[in-house]
Amino acid sequence: MGVARRIIPCLDINAGRVVKGVQFVDIRDAGDPVEIARRYDRAGADELTFLDITASHEQRDTLVHTVEAVASEVFIPLTVGGGIRSVADVRRMLNAGADKVSINTAAIHDPDLVSEAAARFGSQCIVVAVDAKRRGGTDDDPRWEVFTHGGRHPTGLDAIDWAQRMAEAGAGELLVTSMDRDGTRTGFDNALNRAISEQAGVPLIASGGVGNLQHLVDGVIEGRADAVLAASIFHFGEYTIAEAKICMAEAGIEVR
Amino acid sequence: MIAIIDYGMGNLRSVERALTHVGAAEVRVTDDPTVIEAADRVVFPGQGAVRDCMSALHRYELVDVLGRVMRDRPFLGICMGMQALMSRSEENDGVQALGYFDGTVRHFRHLTGGDPQLKIPHMGWNRLEQTRPHPLFAGIEPGTRFYFVHSYYVEPADASIIQGRSDYGAPFAAAIGADNVFATQFHPEKSQAPGLRLLENFLAWDGEPCS
Repeated sequence: MGVARRIIPCLDINAGRVVKGVQFVDIRDAGDPVEIARRYDRAGADELTFLDITASHEQRDTLVHTVEAVASEVFIPLTVGGGIRSVADVRRMLNAGADKVSINTAAIHDPDLVSEAAARFGSQCIVVAVDAKRRGGTDDDPRWEVFTHGGRHPTGLDAIDWAQRMAEAGAGELLVTSMDRDGTRTGFDNALNRAISEQAGVPLIASGGVGNLQHLVDGVIEGRADAVLAASIFHFGEYTIAEAKICMAEAGIEVR
Repeated sequence: MIAIIDYGMGNLRSVERALTHVGAAEVRVTDDPTVIEAADRVVFPGQGAVRDCMSALHRYELVDVLGRVMRDRPFLGICMGMQALMSRSEENDGVQALGYFDGTVRHFRHLTGGDPQLKIPHMGWNRLEQTRPHPLFAGIEPGTRFYFVHSYYVEPADASIIQGRSDYGAPFAAAIGADNVFATQFHPEKSQAPGLRLLENFLAWDGEPCS
């Protein structure tokens, strides 16, 4: 008995619209964040993550309106990430209705941002996103490095150490994405997730690489993830949230 | 009118939106004691740690008005708004809280015993065992999951105020209440349909513990 493992669909948002399309049967507007969020809520998603990939600074304001609109209609936890650079940005998103804010690159440039934001708003709303790539080590003792900019820029930081440091700084949760697996549909990097999960002590969301439902199960059992994040397998209608939960429950995982 | 007490701790808009969604006619997010005093119902939300919560309540000069409205009208504490009702927190070698209920706010490591599988904060959807019937549970199945996120939990001196329990390493008080006061450790405003139902029940509640 205990807390259920969460399934979190992730939506990429550009200038207030969901990109890469969400293909539900009979959806009226595949780019409308409110309609998509409402669908996922009804389908049993435990939480939603919005990742803002808007390139231009001016259009970032539209994200605030998107978050406000979604939070007025969908009453499950909402995480917003992408382009969060300051305590003021965190505050703006929380005021708009986000329950958690995910900080990525800015945490690397300014590690104090995480401790400041956690002290101000509480650890429960501060997620640190760690994008990691396998670098060096051996098969028995692998190492991962933190990357930024979608895996293009190495930082020289060891991912396990960095994750622990961020948890100590006040991150209430870690969103760990394997840049090696992202987009490959070959499953999470469970060795990476497990290493961080066992070290950091705060909840871990596994991300990057989901291609089927067994990958979600493996993420929890092998990767020790507290939550699993996926995009395309749900957006393109290959699997429903309900099917994912049945599959996880059959593997002995507690789900809602 | 429903007053949501604003003392700078957490996402109050979610509570406001959820109450509006379930039909509340007038909801005010306020730090004004006069408005709080004039409210028919009061919601006391909050996130974070009790020490910060208490210093914010003192800074906003809300302790007195809270004490008054807790005596005579439907009152709902949420998350830290539940913890602050207790007499003390063990955090930072002891913090005095509002003392409406006798009991202690403790860190989760006492419950999880350092089990690395039981992460802190306790975050996610957990089952709520309804320990006794209460009007706020009307229409909610026993064992329904609600959304939690917290690192501290409440240990009341008098177990008879426990209205609901959840389990994380060991059972803990997830809902407490007496007379016109009810409080949840979970977030009804983030707990989808069951959470909205609890809020709807709160809007209809006359402040009597049992119907």
